[in-house]
Amino acid sequence: MNVVRVLLFALLTGALPTLAAELPGDSIYQLPIKLTDEKGKNFQFAERGGKPQLISMFYTSCPYVCPLIIDTLKKTQRALAPAKVAVLLVSFDPERDTPQRLQQVFVERKLDAASWTLARTDANDVRQLAAVLDVQYRALANGDINHSAALVLLDGDGRIVARTDKIGEVDADFVAAVRSTLHTE
Amino acid sequence: MRVLVISVALALSSAAVHAAEYVNIDGGTFASVLPADAVAANVTVAPFRLRTEPVTNAEFLDFVITHPQWRRDRVARVFAEARYLAQWQDATALAAETAPTQPVVQVSWFAARAYCASEGARLPTWNEWEFAAAADATRADARGDPAWRESILSWYAKPSSAAAANIGGAANFYGVRDLHGLAWEWVEDFNALLVAADSRDQNDPDRLKFCGAGALNLRDLDNYAVLMRVAMLSSLKAADTTSNLGFRCAK
Repeated sequence: MNVVRVLLFALLTGALPTLAAELPGDSIYQLPIKLTDEKGKNFQFAERGGKPQLISMFYTSCPYVCPLIIDTLKKTQRALAPAKVAVLLVSFDPERDTPQRLQQVFVERKLDAASWTLARTDANDVRQLAAVLDVQYRALANGDINHSAALVLLDGDGRIVARTDKIGEVDADFVAAVRSTLHTE
Repeated sequence: MRVLVISVALALSSAAVHAAEYVNIDGGTFASVLPADAVAANVTVAPFRLRTEPVTNAEFLDFVITHPQWRRDRVARVFAEARYLAQWQDATALAAETAPTQPVVQVSWFAARAYCASEGARLPTWNEWEFAAAADATRADARGDPAWRESILSWYAKPSSAAAANIGGAANFYGVRDLHGLAWEWVEDFNALLVAADSRDQNDPDRLKFCGAGALNLRDLDNYAVLMRVAMLSSLKAADTTSNLGFRCAK
């Protein structure tokens, strides 16, 4: 029985690095980030792989730019129609952005359940995710979070293919990059 | 089986250079160049421990030997760019001109973080680093002294092509060495400093990119040496490495 257990352990631990090794070296899915979505479901960042997606960061109590980020992502999706692209929006604010709060925003903003995921992670993983996405953010004493805004396109392997800092309007070059990535994968 | 365990333990202990030394820093409230409210508020730094010396080539070499996923020939490109540890002879050997006691440079933020985790530590925050670096040999905060500012600036004026020095400079008020004068250092929140290209410009169109109170306003514009550091750190990506950027850890 012990032998079986040891073998099983070896198989499992052996299999995990193989999975990681299959990712390209420039895949941001190499980051061992754990996320929780608006329904309270836990998942690994790398589980998002397999198809292209848009990723950005926000926080729900943000009054100015973050609603615009959601608007811009919606407009980008509309510009792509009938093609569809998934969207992952991760919160900078693990303190306040609980799954319940994310769910509330999901409903308020009438997000498409088939393509959108709002997610949170812990403070350490927020810092790593922002670093790998080249997004800057800083919590201020009054609870605001200063941050830069970017929409990032990942291919199915988690490589950064394109990004745009244009918020509030659709970036035609970015839409073209999404369309071409969806087409080739 | 027991022999194997013992030999592994021996190999690990012989690989470890002398244990890193940390000192307690009590923290307190101080005027950071980056105000806590992006306007003028002081910053409060909680008590922390800081490594007295930057991490050296010898220490980082031991780290990549015991953590081979951080060797320059094995690291995932997303965590470190191609120049990572390029100054070494090969993946597990220093070059003749890189002394074991020089601070390790050409390391990415991800690599620096992983090293600190291996020491049961983390990277210091910008405010922790700034707090400790405000001290001279006798005062916790010497930043108001023009002579002190001048002496720090004179280091930044040296060409970066000059040969790197060894660690072990004079201890400051807290017993911390080489915060100035040897190498730049990563901080945990390097991507939190958020300095607009010109923070004096109230009509900066880039401001729309920032949520909340807008881009940070820098304070203490006379403190060039510290501001240069902020500007340099803000310009980096997490996988970047440079020939004069190293790190130390905190707890």
